[in-house]
Amino acid sequence: MQFTSEIKIKGELLSHLPQDLYIPPDALEVYFETFEGPLDLLLYLIRKHNLDILDIPMAALTTQYMTYVDKMKAFKLELAADYLLMSAMLIEIKSRMLLPKPAEVAEEDDPRAELVRRLMEYEAIKLAAQRIDAMPVVGEEIQVAAAYYQHIAEVKPIEVNLDELLEAWKNVLKRAKINQHHKVGRSELSVREHMSIILRRLKADGLVEFSQLFTHDLDAIPKLVVHFLAILELAKEGLIQITQQAPFSPIYLQTNA
Amino acid sequence: MIEPTNITEMKQIIEAALLTSPQPLSLDDMLKLFAGRMERTTLRMLLDELKTDWNNESAADNTAKTLELVQVASGYRFQAKPQFAAFIARLSPERQSKYSRAVMETLAIIAYRQPVTRGDIEQIRGVAVNPNTMRQLIERDWIDVVGQREVPGRPSLYATTKHFLDDLNLRSLAELPPFEDFAQTEIPLEG
Repeated sequence: MQFTSEIKIKGELLSHLPQDLYIPPDALEVYFETFEGPLDLLLYLIRKHNLDILDIPMAALTTQYMTYVDKMKAFKLELAADYLLMSAMLIEIKSRMLLPKPAEVAEEDDPRAELVRRLMEYEAIKLAAQRIDAMPVVGEEIQVAAAYYQHIAEVKPIEVNLDELLEAWKNVLKRAKINQHHKVGRSELSVREHMSIILRRLKADGLVEFSQLFTHDLDAIPKLVVHFLAILELAKEGLIQITQQAPFSPIYLQTNA
Repeated sequence: MIEPTNITEMKQIIEAALLTSPQPLSLDDMLKLFAGRMERTTLRMLLDELKTDWNNESAADNTAKTLELVQVASGYRFQAKPQFAAFIARLSPERQSKYSRAVMETLAIIAYRQPVTRGDIEQIRGVAVNPNTMRQLIERDWIDVVGQREVPGRPSLYATTKHFLDDLNLRSLAELPPFEDFAQTEIPLEG
């Protein structure tokens, strides 16, 4: 980040800033990129060019600002608004300075005081930002040590919510219905056999998501039922673990080995 | 697992935990290591000793340490001694590009004036706050919303996070340079 103290337009150094704040329309974009806003611009003019806030010819300035606003309509209108607000503030200050002070309100605050306070606060923030930017930061000037260690969360006894399991089961049934075969047959299905099928699957794949166990080749409802019973049986016999991180999150199965 | 019986063993346990922890460890974290058999004051003392052990450049075994133990906002962590950081940084080819002035000024306002609303930030900077600016700081986890100001519209109040302090190696906001340091000469009012 650079805090520019000199301004270049098309490569040429701008040697003198016009006292009336007039910015050639061509250079407008440069200004908006160089300065962070009207406060920043005003601060620059005051600090570097000893601009007297009071010496700004307000009528000319207003005409100029209106020209900018017309140009700005095409892009960055919101930025022009900030500058416009600032010029309105300057005009207000100037007009209040020009008015004769009634004797009874002699103690009135200098109308410029508030603007000066804001300018100085902004100036301090600008420097603070520079300082923070220059501070060492993790990832660059600070490198944090992290020796490798696989943090494994302690496996807690599993709490299976029956409702969740039933809900999952209903979904399986629903899906099976879509692929239903219109064939009625008889088949002897062994829960034990399915227990082995599941165990083998779990042994091979490790962690398996509940719905993954109900693949297309089990699309007949009796098979699905037996498969589901097999899961319950395996859980009952403590052969598998059924886990779920949070309500409605996927249910996972794994062997208890 | 045998519970530690002497200071050296306790220090080794703390050291191993700190070295393998992906984030800074607080005193409370480290007390867990000893399952209730450790006093806070003792732990502090052990951490001080560890800090000294690792700072000892001319150790008897003639191996100068490359890490140092530091305390930041979230707790304690080991980090490379500063002279090595620049080399290590070369390992990450995607260097983060610098933040814009707008982002840094917004961050400075939040750091020094928190909690602040977007309106407060706009008042100080004299320009509208770009939502992108806030997003960048929130994504970095350097600022977050800590509440709402009870005025019409209930604007969000922003503050810096512990992570921001950690990233800048600070234990608290008080360790930022005092704001008075940035005050410049008074702007003269003539006439």
